Amino acid sequence: MISSQIQTAAYLFAAILFILSLGGLSSQESAKRGVLFGIIGMAIAILSTILGEGVAGQAYIIVAIAIASLIGIIVARKVEMTSMPQLVAILHSFVGLAAVLVGFGSYLDPETALLEGSAHTIHLVEVVIGVFIGAVTFTGSIIAWGKLEGKIMSKPLVYKGRHAVNIILVLISIYLGVLFAGAPGVEGLIYLAIIAGIASFIGIMLVMAIGGADMPVVVSMLNSYSGWAAAAAGFMLGNDLLIVTGALVGSSGAILSIIMCDAMNRSFISVIFGGFGSGPTGEAKEMEGEVTSATHEEVAEMLKEAESVIIVPGYGMAVAKAQYPVHDLVDLLQKEGKTVCFGIHPVAGRLPGHMNVLLAEANVPYDIVFEMEEVNADLPKTDVVMVIGANDIVNPGAEDDESSAIYGMPVIQVWNAKKVIVMKRSMAAGYAGVENPLFYKDNADMLYGDAKESVDKINAFLR
Amino acid sequence: MKVGIPSEVEQQELRVAATPKTVLRLIKQGFEVYIQKGAGIRANYSDAAFIESGASILGTAEELYKTSDVILKVLAPSEAEIDLMHEGTVTLSYLWPAQNPALLEKLAAKKVNAIAMDAIPRISRAQKMDVLSSMANIAGYRSVIESANYFGRFLNGQITAAGKVDPAKVLVIGAGVAGLAAIGTANSLGAIVRAFDTRKEVAEQIQSMGAKFLTVEIEEDGATASGYSKEMSQAFIDAEMALFKEQAADVDIIITTAQIPGRDAPKLILADHVAVMKPGSVIVDLAASSGGNCVLTKNNEVYTTDNGVTIVGKLSQLPSQASQLYGNNLCHLLDDMGKAEGFNINMEDDVVKRAMVTFNGAINWPPEPLPVSPPKPKAVEKVVDPNAAKKAAKSKAASLFLSLAGIGAFLFLLGLVAPSDFMGHFTVFVLAVFVGWQVIWNVSHSLHTPLMAVTNAISGIIIIGGLLQTTNDISDPITIIAFAAILVASINIVGGFLVTHRMLKMFRK
Repeated sequence: MISSQIQTAAYLFAAILFILSLGGLSSQESAKRGVLFGIIGMAIAILSTILGEGVAGQAYIIVAIAIASLIGIIVARKVEMTSMPQLVAILHSFVGLAAVLVGFGSYLDPETALLEGSAHTIHLVEVVIGVFIGAVTFTGSIIAWGKLEGKIMSKPLVYKGRHAVNIILVLISIYLGVLFAGAPGVEGLIYLAIIAGIASFIGIMLVMAIGGADMPVVVSMLNSYSGWAAAAAGFMLGNDLLIVTGALVGSSGAILSIIMCDAMNRSFISVIFGGFGSGPTGEAKEMEGEVTSATHEEVAEMLKEAESVIIVPGYGMAVAKAQYPVHDLVDLLQKEGKTVCFGIHPVAGRLPGHMNVLLAEANVPYDIVFEMEEVNADLPKTDVVMVIGANDIVNPGAEDDESSAIYGMPVIQVWNAKKVIVMKRSMAAGYAGVENPLFYKDNADMLYGDAKESVDKINAFLR
Repeated sequence: MKVGIPSEVEQQELRVAATPKTVLRLIKQGFEVYIQKGAGIRANYSDAAFIESGASILGTAEELYKTSDVILKVLAPSEAEIDLMHEGTVTLSYLWPAQNPALLEKLAAKKVNAIAMDAIPRISRAQKMDVLSSMANIAGYRSVIESANYFGRFLNGQITAAGKVDPAKVLVIGAGVAGLAAIGTANSLGAIVRAFDTRKEVAEQIQSMGAKFLTVEIEEDGATASGYSKEMSQAFIDAEMALFKEQAADVDIIITTAQIPGRDAPKLILADHVAVMKPGSVIVDLAASSGGNCVLTKNNEVYTTDNGVTIVGKLSQLPSQASQLYGNNLCHLLDDMGKAEGFNINMEDDVVKRAMVTFNGAINWPPEPLPVSPPKPKAVEKVVDPNAAKKAAKSKAASLFLSLAGIGAFLFLLGLVAPSDFMGHFTVFVLAVFVGWQVIWNVSHSLHTPLMAVTNAISGIIIIGGLLQTTNDISDPITIIAFAAILVASINIVGGFLVTHRMLKMFRK
């Protein structure tokens, strides 16, 4: 048994380690150390809790942790890097579920009934908020997982008046919350269950209304929610460590959401309320010029003649799992003495930083992977740009066509390079449903087909 | 489909309409390729090289014209050659239809379907077949090399043990394809390059090739719908002449490339311009064949004036390179016309209907005009109101003040009702949000996915809630709920940390 003072000290130490853990992610070198800090912090937090006063049922705790660890190890080892977004989404749902469970547990705790006056009311408000956020996170994350996994159609499900419906549901929850807070003892359980049900429904509808390419924002947003849910649980239990950690995670997710929204030039509100907003504001520009396509052999020729090559990957590369052949391609080109680097758009893929992880998986060194701003400056001097499975993030309409739905979104200006090869499955419009004038540019050639097969064929010609 | 490439009859013409490389492409397109014996010799392509690429060699022109369905040539066919052709032969060559009406009649009478490569419209789609561009590119390159040959100094500046060498100054007049190629070549040889063009829109192209854009202070744009420049007003020309005079005294090399289709080249460098040039200076006149941009130019001749200025009116054609590019242009056109299998003459096609100057016995010239690039909309100048920025700053400060006041009021009200316990936790919460905010902005973009995974793991801290609620009685609903909470939260902790570790291990320099 350790005293509550020592326990508080241990919690404080754990909180410091968590902050250092997140801070470590500012660079690749310090990131591994950061994870170690996180693990130590977590171990200290759990041990000091179990050893603290008033904790019983240690046997059950150990059983639960053992089972969960086994599941966690298996999942973490098995998961493919291309399905990271799904894993992250499902893990969010677990936090949400845990928050709901802790909320119910906290309400049923006999100590709740002993509270009186404003302390009782505030505690019940904390429970309602915790359960509400937890339930939204839980179902929302499950839907996000389904959409990323392809089990649920990624098209946004929108209907008229859904905002009104959502607002009414929230108002009903608040009313039920008032009834709940007024109920003596544990008689308000039924209200709490209904609130959890409504929140689950809101979570489902919220994410159903959001389309596939907005997933980076949704996942970041759910990340943020899971943090706030943990913080709310901290308030109900009066536990500062939970509050601190929840706040850290919550603000982390919020910042990621802001970064993603900036990268798409969309307001955060318009993304979380789904759909692509009001759509194009005027007549779409007529496309001028002609789409030219190239064969794999011609592309290989162009690459042989080029001195500098920039590769711009998108979700298509992840879908086709083309990162390994792309790495081979980079090796082949580097052996010929060419400068090769990658340009990553902040919203490429389905998760913030998704492309970086995929390229790292294929052993692409991270010092040739650059951000959008960095490559944009180099593009005019570049001989060949290969766009692999990306569309909207290289759309020149975002810069010069005010009628475009993505007007104002920062894009990678691939058209400034001497030659652009766009690898795509077909001429279909990108997620945003916007025609891409890039394909009609004189210096752009299309290379149709599955990204992996195409890159393999090009590699064969280069060998 | 049989494609034939005859020897050029004109002995001065060194180029040939196919090279071993383009023969490979033609065969890939499905054509059978026949080449007249010795056709490539003057461009340094041997018969053996053609045979290696898969072409068949025919001994005489008669045989070749009899065998072939499509004839690829450089210069316009002579009367004798037309006599050898049969009805329906498709020919691809230079024709200069505007200058050669008699030739068109002769071709039409013979029912030869003749494509004038020089009449390919200058539209984006047809750039790959534009022989004028590809030949102009060569001429531009060569003009600089030629001028360097006659110029008695280095082109680049050097500081050597023996003393300092100033770089040569080159003036390029006309920034079409040839002009831009000349600018690029001169720039890469280290010269100081200036360029003049009447079209304001090319200023950017000139600068991108590394030259300074010279202009006159008169508002007049020489751009036309056809993509060539138009003739300018007298006031403009006077200003232009004054500019050239000033430049002529300063520069070492002048390269002129100004041509107006179907007309004599404009006279831009007058005798008094040449008179002020330094001895040893060089003028290369790419318009020599159409009269010359310089009044003193003699076509197909290189000579030095009395004041020591060398005027070059003759350029080597770089026959190997020129044949290669010309042959490529022809391949692209044949590719566009459906290759061997689907070969058809589509008179609806924008390119074919303009370049096919005789078709089924009829003369199809001149073609309807075609606008090239749509005029660019004028950029609207943004009017920046200096007060607007101030106002924005003011309103920003005001809104910051208001929101701070709002937060203060909220905290005050909270303090009125909430128990002290809650206020303590709330303090921790708000400070933690600020710490998180500061820390997370420093996270590298490329590590956003590991960041999410690690925050996933640490948000598993909610396990503490479950730990505190567990009792010794497993049948107690609270314990069951707590058990479930511990279970899911632990999956998060273990899975999150492990997968983060796995990802970070992959990042390598």
